Amino acid sequence: MNNPKTIESRWAVEAKGLVKVFGDNRAVDGVDLLVPKGSIYGVLGPNGAGKTTTIRILATLLRPTAGEARIFDHDIRKEPHLVRQLVGVTGQYASVDESLSATENLIIFSRLLGLSRKDARRRTVELLEEFHLTEAARRPIKKFSGGMRRRLDLAASLIAQPPLIFLDEPTTGLDPLTRSQMWDTIRRLVATGSTVLLTTQYLDEADQLADRIAVIDRGRVVAEGTVDELKSSLGTSSLHLQLQDAALSPIAQQIAEKMLLVDAVFISPEGRMTAPIADAEQVTDLLLAFRQHNIHTASLSVQKPTLDEVFLTITGHGVPDDENDDNALQEMSQ
Amino acid sequence: MMTRDTLSMPPRRNLSLGQTIQQSLTMAYRTLLKIRRTPEQLMDVTFQPIIFTLMFTYIFGGAIAGNVQHYLPIIIPGILVQTVITTSIVTGTQLREDMDTGVFDRFKALPIARIAPLAGALLADTIRYLIATVLTISMGYIMGYRPQGGLSHVAMAGLLVIVCAWAISWIFAFFGVIARTASSVQGISMLILFPITFLSNAFVPAETMPHWLQGFVNVNPVSHLVTAVRDLANTGTVNSNLVTSLVGVAVIVAIFAPLTVRAYMRRT
Ligand SMILES: Nc1ncnc2c1ncn2[C@@H]1O[C@H](COP(=O)(O)OP(=O)(O)OP(=O)(O)O)[C@@H](O)[C@H]1O
Ligand SMILES: [Mg+2]
Repeated sequence: MNNPKTIESRWAVEAKGLVKVFGDNRAVDGVDLLVPKGSIYGVLGPNGAGKTTTIRILATLLRPTAGEARIFDHDIRKEPHLVRQLVGVTGQYASVDESLSATENLIIFSRLLGLSRKDARRRTVELLEEFHLTEAARRPIKKFSGGMRRRLDLAASLIAQPPLIFLDEPTTGLDPLTRSQMWDTIRRLVATGSTVLLTTQYLDEADQLADRIAVIDRGRVVAEGTVDELKSSLGTSSLHLQLQDAALSPIAQQIAEKMLLVDAVFISPEGRMTAPIADAEQVTDLLLAFRQHNIHTASLSVQKPTLDEVFLTITGHGVPDDENDDNALQEMSQ
Repeated sequence: MMTRDTLSMPPRRNLSLGQTIQQSLTMAYRTLLKIRRTPEQLMDVTFQPIIFTLMFTYIFGGAIAGNVQHYLPIIIPGILVQTVITTSIVTGTQLREDMDTGVFDRFKALPIARIAPLAGALLADTIRYLIATVLTISMGYIMGYRPQGGLSHVAMAGLLVIVCAWAISWIFAFFGVIARTASSVQGISMLILFPITFLSNAFVPAETMPHWLQGFVNVNPVSHLVTAVRDLANTGTVNSNLVTSLVGVAVIVAIFAPLTVRAYMRRT
């Protein structure tokens, strides 16, 4: 890192054309990522998009089929041992020893990282306290709740706070209070100099935390940018509206696209409309326009965009594991 | 604060031997903790020596050596070798089970020597061989076995068996790393171990076997080990069989330790 000959890179992660093929399944299909140092980078995507596989490649747990990646300027293939010293990973599924206690787990990981017996014990106590696990410290992990396991898992990745931390769905399965504590922890990590790359299925979470976001779908990055950039392509929230007369759907769609200045308005055959909106004022305009054209609405709500809508907007197809949605959309676009 | 120190530490390119050993010892400590948490893991090394020693001695004693007392110096070293080596299969199956748990992902992502998780597990398993060794010899003693070599030679014989079992456990560790399931490791290992322990002089003197079989029995490394153990324990003598056994140990470890580590690293 301190090589005087090269200008120090501003990227914590530089990945180019990463591909991972399992059998004939292209789980990761040409992913490019640039993660700036000192930032929180969110990777969003539905089930099976390739998020976990991408993280496992970057953390040297999987060999890519093709492509290359550098972590703080160290090639993941050529210098895996160096990369492992710079990276901490909290996988999607708990990677702690089930039959041991929280204390034993943390002591063992600390010792493996080269801490002395005394330091290992001290760090373990610190981490247990920080993650509110002190009371449960002596119980075997088998008896932990999902959230406790998750916290211990994160604690284990932070023993020697690494400069780059991968968190694969860090808040899935956490209650709202624990989730916001986790967010605080993540923010603190970045404030103290680390870079965090996290995956999530919740747009809200990416919104709260991430400086930049990549949306991955079917092994490819389909959108990338700052949260604001993505939002402006998406609308800050979305309008859900049920027409009284489904037969008016086509004309309602035309009007909505004109009024909302987007071409991403969807209407189901039953007259259920979904559209991104950037500004609440637009809704008033739209409703007035509907009134003029004698289009009546049965119900209406404005919601924060969901991941589903990110996909509708960005990829033009639904969440892929939901085949029915997919078909419905294809029908619609015909 | 510690985190600062760690961050400013320049990345190291290579691990020293000392670090590798320390990491292996930590991994061994982990295995011991697991054994302490689930002592039922030690059932096989507790009951097998007791039951096998009793069974074989009383079933074969009269037929092979005229009576049980004369059979003990033949069978106890034989049973010892057979039991302890069989115990080493568990190393392979447990490694397979262990590798399927999430924690191995973390071991792989840590900047530690690749051999440490394997070496640690194998090292900790020597405790199992020690238990089996002590129990078998004690059973023999209870039944009237009085080895003429004296305690120190018996201890040497026990140590030799433990070292050999440790070496052989690298073979099973290799199966453990490449196999898909723990039960297939068990299957393959038994298939190999059964003939080589029984087609040896462990239970029956080779001279009583058909000529063609004697050929195999006499080159079988297990026979050399059994003879070395008998000579040490029964007469206190050290001979070429001991050397052959130790060379065998070195060869097995030299081949299977690197092979296992390579397979472990490749498995993704
Ligand atoms: N070890 C493996 N062997 C075979 N296929 C795999 C393996 N790991 C992942 N896959 C496949 O690769 C694809 C991407 O999986 P991955 O776990 O990366 O998705 P993900 O984005 O993390 O999904 P989720 O949100 O469900 O965690 C999936 O189709 C999955 O079935
Ligand atoms: Mg995943």
